[in-house]
Amino acid sequence: MVLSAADKTNVKGVFAKIGGQADEYGADALERMFTTYPATKTYFPHFDLGKGSAQVKGHGKKVAGALVEAVNHIDDLAGALSKLSDLHAQKLRVDPVNFKLLGQCFLVTVATRNPGLLTPEVHASLDKFLCAVGTVLTAKYR
Amino acid sequence: MVQWTAEEKQFITGLWGKVNVAECGGEALARLLIVYPWTQRFFASFGNLSGATAVLGNPKVQAHGKKVLTSFGEAVKNLDGIKNTFSSLSELHCDKLHVDPENFRLLGDILVIVLAAHFTKDFTPACQATWQKLVGLVAHALARKYH
Repeated sequence: MVLSAADKTNVKGVFAKIGGQADEYGADALERMFTTYPATKTYFPHFDLGKGSAQVKGHGKKVAGALVEAVNHIDDLAGALSKLSDLHAQKLRVDPVNFKLLGQCFLVTVATRNPGLLTPEVHASLDKFLCAVGTVLTAKYR
Repeated sequence: MVQWTAEEKQFITGLWGKVNVAECGGEALARLLIVYPWTQRFFASFGNLSGATAVLGNPKVQAHGKKVLTSFGEAVKNLDGIKNTFSSLSELHCDKLHVDPENFRLLGDILVIVLAAHFTKDFTPACQATWQKLVGLVAHALARKYH
């Protein structure tokens, strides 16, 4: 799966629009993921996952930051996410299925906070982008 | 036996009461065909599906989307009997339509996103969780009679 020029433009557009709220979007997506897919909580036994948790907010900021970094280097996702890819392969070992779940929740977050932004074309591009990020993060698993 | 809390039932019926099934169904199916273009394989007879504008404007897509979501509405009316509700549709999708059940999961996820965009802040995490549970159950029911 390859990101077309149009996909890249669409994804950059989304993150430009989200701007400084990316951290909130990240936290919201995580909260949705923990609520909707309780098994994902197994990766965070050391976190307070209650509503408004500072740890979830902090982690949402990290996740959003990584996505923003990926968007800023959208022509070389593997390069931009290489260290994170190593981390997920060697230390975190989050099962690949979970990246799709977080991706779904991120799309829902965008839909609830900025519905006008998520036209069908942008939806498609963003979904592709999130899949591509998940693929890179799990690429070194075996 | 699937269990629904009172709150979950409210999230479902409360929301569904405000859904325009024709519009929402048309949009959900259109997005499925746009976001996951390989799903177009089932709709060769629908004419022009070449690109988002064509899909969105295609009257057959709109009509079929309405049909699909109307059928989905049967689950909302029969929350305690979803498996039975979709039993014959399951056989149909396997024996006649030859649809990979993965497509039911894809459409379910798209429907959640369409609802999220429509209901925005009312589509809370708890509400989303309920709807993901529902679409998952419908997908499971539709796959149940596959052989």
